[in-house]
Amino acid sequence: MTPIYLDWAATAPIDAAAIDAMADAARQWANPSSVHRAGRRAHGLLEAARADVAAALGCSARSIVFTGGGTEALGLALAQSGSRLISAVEHDAVRAQAPGAGIIPVDANGVVDLGALDAMLATVERPLVAVMNVNNETGVIQPVAEVAAMVAAHGGTLLVDAVQSAGKLPLPAADYVAVSAHKLGGPPGVGALIVRDHVAAVAKGGGQERGQRAGTENLPGIAGFAAALAARAADSGWLDRATALRDRLEAQLPGAVIYGAGAPRIGTIACIGLPGVAAMTQLMALDLAGFAVSAGAACSSGKVKTSHVLGAMGVGAGAAGEAIRVSLGWTTTAAEIDAFAAAWRDMAARLGRKAA
Amino acid sequence: MTHPIYLDYAATTPVDPAVLAAMQPWLADRFGNPHSPHLWGYEADAAIEVARGQVAALLGAAAASVSFTGGATESVNWALKGVMTAPGQTRRRLVTLATEHSCVLETARWLESIGCALTIVGVRPDGIVDFDALDAAMGDDVALVSAMLVNNETGVIQPVADIAARAHAAGALMHCDAAQGFGKVDCTGLGVDLLSLTAHKIYGPKGVGALYRRAGVALTPLLHGGGQEDGRSGTLSPALCVGLGTAAALAGERMAVDAAHAWALWERLLGGIDVAYRVNGSLTDRWFGTVNLGFPGADPARLFSAVRDLAVSTGSACASASGRPSHVLAAMAGSLPGLRIGWGRFTTDAEIDTAAAVLTAAARRLGSIAA
Repeated sequence: MTPIYLDWAATAPIDAAAIDAMADAARQWANPSSVHRAGRRAHGLLEAARADVAAALGCSARSIVFTGGGTEALGLALAQSGSRLISAVEHDAVRAQAPGAGIIPVDANGVVDLGALDAMLATVERPLVAVMNVNNETGVIQPVAEVAAMVAAHGGTLLVDAVQSAGKLPLPAADYVAVSAHKLGGPPGVGALIVRDHVAAVAKGGGQERGQRAGTENLPGIAGFAAALAARAADSGWLDRATALRDRLEAQLPGAVIYGAGAPRIGTIACIGLPGVAAMTQLMALDLAGFAVSAGAACSSGKVKTSHVLGAMGVGAGAAGEAIRVSLGWTTTAAEIDAFAAAWRDMAARLGRKAA
Repeated sequence: MTHPIYLDYAATTPVDPAVLAAMQPWLADRFGNPHSPHLWGYEADAAIEVARGQVAALLGAAAASVSFTGGATESVNWALKGVMTAPGQTRRRLVTLATEHSCVLETARWLESIGCALTIVGVRPDGIVDFDALDAAMGDDVALVSAMLVNNETGVIQPVADIAARAHAAGALMHCDAAQGFGKVDCTGLGVDLLSLTAHKIYGPKGVGALYRRAGVALTPLLHGGGQEDGRSGTLSPALCVGLGTAAALAGERMAVDAAHAWALWERLLGGIDVAYRVNGSLTDRWFGTVNLGFPGADPARLFSAVRDLAVSTGSACASASGRPSHVLAAMAGSLPGLRIGWGRFTTDAEIDTAAAVLTAAARRLGSIAA
């Protein structure tokens, strides 16, 4: 039995078109910085891919700095000097690369507390503020436009982690926006930082990416990134379909706790608590039933730790350890969702807290 | 002295208190022979049929397809000898894997000694069957393919359903030794004709197992006599059968909980060992309650002596006493012999933390390479 994949927020299947584009680009194996004809051709492909990525994301080609993934893109922005403020629900890639940062609290739905942010902005000189567009565990969408206006009014700069939203929601307006290819059907190991002005390189060397990120360009990966974005853009209705399926799923889970349900959420992520059943037990039960889901972020090779995201939302450690993440993608079907809901109800009946 | 920490769950498991409680009446006043035609017999027979249903349920099979035996070794002997010597058997080849338990390999070699043909297929470095070699071994003379579900020394899970499909494509029958897998991993949908299982690896008593036989598969009896179990004679023990049935039912209810616990302890143990080590066998296709760990630079026998506070083994319990090198690790190119460590339902975080510290200290003392 092939498992039903409902862990799209961890990574997505690579599009066939992206694989083809990567194979084609890999055959153009010259170094895009070489002056000879083969190098110039590779350089042409790279710039064409950059233009495609820019068009699909809605930014200028010049603003794109390709990186080795979302984590590197975030690190590049966070390495810029100045004091830093980050939201309490940021991905570990931000938290770990911004040691000592001030933490902006969130409300019970995981939405940034704008009042608290305003007060914090008044206390620091020209800070770098990091607020994610869509949370990877709950799908909650942050009021990034309001945040951007407040940060600009205080003379700060804004970094938005758009890894979970790029290719799905419009690109937010910010000084830095980090995106990743593998969440939207491209290959892992490719991402970009979209830079309004200029960013000082962390990886220094040959001066690639207009001096902002040295290292020979990953042309096959970038070509795959562009092809995946094109595939998403070609089927503009997929996110609405996924949203309807996510709502259909949540309506079929009696006794479930849906985290972040009181805030705007992206339609591809549901964070579902089952009282009394440890998340890892749920993962195993669902794995046995043929469903691939996850507990919170998937980032540490099978380790399941208590979610800092749910903790920041005021959820106790016990309940936070009973939440799983179900995430949908462009090929998710109603039949898959209904089968999952049935398996979840079966699991809840067997393992869940019995009604008094 | 304090007891060592029991970390040899692949050898055998403690009996679950619920299993023991279910068995006890059948060892005391309800002593009847289940095959007797009176009240004592009827109630014992009824208990055995409940247990048969509990075992069958975990296999997704009909109760009538399950015969109780004296354990997995007997089940395996019956399956292999029963198929190869079945009346009218026209095929003479048995195909099995190099990493099988000795009860399969020794039975296979005995069958070879009486005239059967035997092919032992190798495995890849990660312990998974070499499908090219398996395909090369398959022909119209193959009567039976036997492959284990979970390896007893490494925890590696074979793709049994894929192997069964190849056996059936060649017109052969498929047997699975599920002694280490039954009750821990999903055994429905394997597509096998015969399956051997045991109670004492899943918190049941020793001395009882079962053979699943798909309806219509012809087997020569192994134990001739009264014919109690459809080709397996001998008075059944109601207590042992109830023990197996209860253990199976409990394992079915707890499968996700037990697997999650095993996985958490796996992460905890491997994350807590602070010297270089190698996990022998696949890191993904496996039962996460058994690990075979090699420590570069540390001799397994000396390591075993140095961790006396831990009840672990250097291989299968059957072979440990012999001092022979493991045939399982020998079949896996690049493996690094070391210790087999097994945990389960009753193992605690604190025990695993102690084990990680003891292993780290012992490996360091023996000159292993620091991580």
